[in-house]
Amino acid sequence: MAATLSPPPVRPVARPRMSPRRRARTARGIQYALLLVAAAVVVAVTDWRQVGVSFFNPTVAVEMLPTLGRALTNTLVYTAAAFAVGLSLGLLLALMKLSSVRPYRWIATLYIEFFRGIPALLVVVAFGYAVPVALGVSIGSLTAKAALALGMVSAAYIAETLRAGIQAVPRGQVEAARSLGMSHGRTMVTIVIPQAFRIVLPPMTNELILLTKDTSLIFLLGLTPAQYDLTKLGRDFLSSATGGLTALFVIGACYLCITIPLGLLARRLEATTGRGTR
Amino acid sequence: MALPPTTPPTPPAAGPVVTISGLHKSFGDREVLRGIDLEVGSGEVVCVIGPSGSGKSTLLRCVNLLEQPTAGTVTVLGTEVTDPDVDIDQVRSRVGMVFQQFNLFAHQSVLQNCTLAQRKVLGRSRAQAEAVAMKNLEHVGLADRAQSMPSQLSGGQQQRVAIARALSMDPELMLFDEPTSALDPELVGEVLAVMRDLAQEGMTMLVVTHEMAFAREVGDRVVFMDDGSVVETGPADQVIGAPAEERTQAFLRRVLDPTHLQVGGPNGT
Ligand SMILES: Nc1ncnc2c1ncn2[C@@H]1O[C@H](COP(=O)(O)OP(=O)(O)OP(=O)(O)O)[C@@H](O)[C@H]1O
Ligand SMILES: [Mg+2]
Repeated sequence: MAATLSPPPVRPVARPRMSPRRRARTARGIQYALLLVAAAVVVAVTDWRQVGVSFFNPTVAVEMLPTLGRALTNTLVYTAAAFAVGLSLGLLLALMKLSSVRPYRWIATLYIEFFRGIPALLVVVAFGYAVPVALGVSIGSLTAKAALALGMVSAAYIAETLRAGIQAVPRGQVEAARSLGMSHGRTMVTIVIPQAFRIVLPPMTNELILLTKDTSLIFLLGLTPAQYDLTKLGRDFLSSATGGLTALFVIGACYLCITIPLGLLARRLEATTGRGTR
Repeated sequence: MALPPTTPPTPPAAGPVVTISGLHKSFGDREVLRGIDLEVGSGEVVCVIGPSGSGKSTLLRCVNLLEQPTAGTVTVLGTEVTDPDVDIDQVRSRVGMVFQQFNLFAHQSVLQNCTLAQRKVLGRSRAQAEAVAMKNLEHVGLADRAQSMPSQLSGGQQQRVAIARALSMDPELMLFDEPTSALDPELVGEVLAVMRDLAQEGMTMLVVTHEMAFAREVGDRVVFMDDGSVVETGPADQVIGAPAEERTQAFLRRVLDPTHLQVGGPNGT
């Protein structure tokens, strides 16, 4: 038995040991010092005048302003449309994956594996060139094309997220609803999906943020200036203007203006809808 | 299928409320119920006792078809629920069930828990449903918690809400699956008190329980199950007070003996 063994010999220490709390404080102090040194080095070696001219050039930023609003709106519209497609298709796939009809499960699995496995870029290109040729139909609206291409990719991820969320709702919730005489469908809609929604809110926010950034791929569909999204606009300014990389920073800031509020909103929603469940 | 709100409750069935005959249930190769015959008469309180894993919950869940029987027939309130063409939702709306783990809808308030099925299944108006819900919450002593969320309640309170939720459907039969087993000992009494009231009001009840004192006091009849079969059934006083079968005696000795904790084994479970 371990208890009968003699305890490990206490090694003599050269200097008095620091108390754990002192040690933690020292460690923290060292980390702060490192941070300060690193910041000082960055500040010292950076050519601030050059940075101002080529990264944060106000003339370029002002020049971009008139077209920026349009591009920002376009990005939002593409994202929203693609998310609408992704969410509806994703919910359908999730329900298919949970279906008792085996072929439905196969189809859903196949779809999910396929669209998760290939780069979104390929799907966008396919929608631009291959689909019109193959099916003999051409989708007129660019927004529709973008929504379908990106939405179909996103649906694969959303389906998996929703499936996991639905399965995470305890069985007892379903049994209670069924024992009260509620049908399978009604139970799904009034009990399971609302509870699954709260469970999937954080991963769903991620999905939406990824989708926002993926709209940068739609330049592959060929855009008129009025259809430019943020990234395409930025690329144009990068290649034409003299402001160096300023366009890059402006565009980056615009993306953050979309994604950060999204994250905040999700946290708010989570807090309010989570009152009951915990 | 929603009943119009004005339909009077179906008149009590002339015969027994539940008739189970030749009921078998297997999970895969494992036979959990091996031919059960049981009747529950109108207004009767039948308590089912027996060791863990003997199939008590499965039996109860076969009554409202939460489990699909493998063989045999189950007739509830005059409807044979084992008939594949039966509208099981209609039968379930007349049979209340209370679970060991309460299973209150976690995203809904106490009041919403008690009104949801009334409105969606019975087609009652919101005002009607809320009036019925409040009456039943009053009954279980929780009218003041109508706006609380389930997670804000103690286990005993949650179970009483679950009972009120089931009662709000005006059931003609109540099924209880170990309603007090998940509760801290000091909260068991409040739930049993509600059930005792219910029995006194003439509710037909089928109760799976480990509370021998309750079974003896409230139960009209006690059914002792072991290993998927009914071993003994009879008046509560007789089955618990003077069991005829060897296995019943052994079970009751284990359960009632205050020193039974040592019997299980060296780890004292
Ligand atoms: N869904 C299921 N799938 C497979 N086996 C199951 C399932 N449900 C129950 N069983 C098995 O059936 C047997 C009887 O279970 P049941 O829950 O009816 O017992 P019980 O008498 O209610 O026991 P307890 O007092 O512990 O609740 C157990 O051995 C259990 O493992
Ligand atoms: Mg059980």
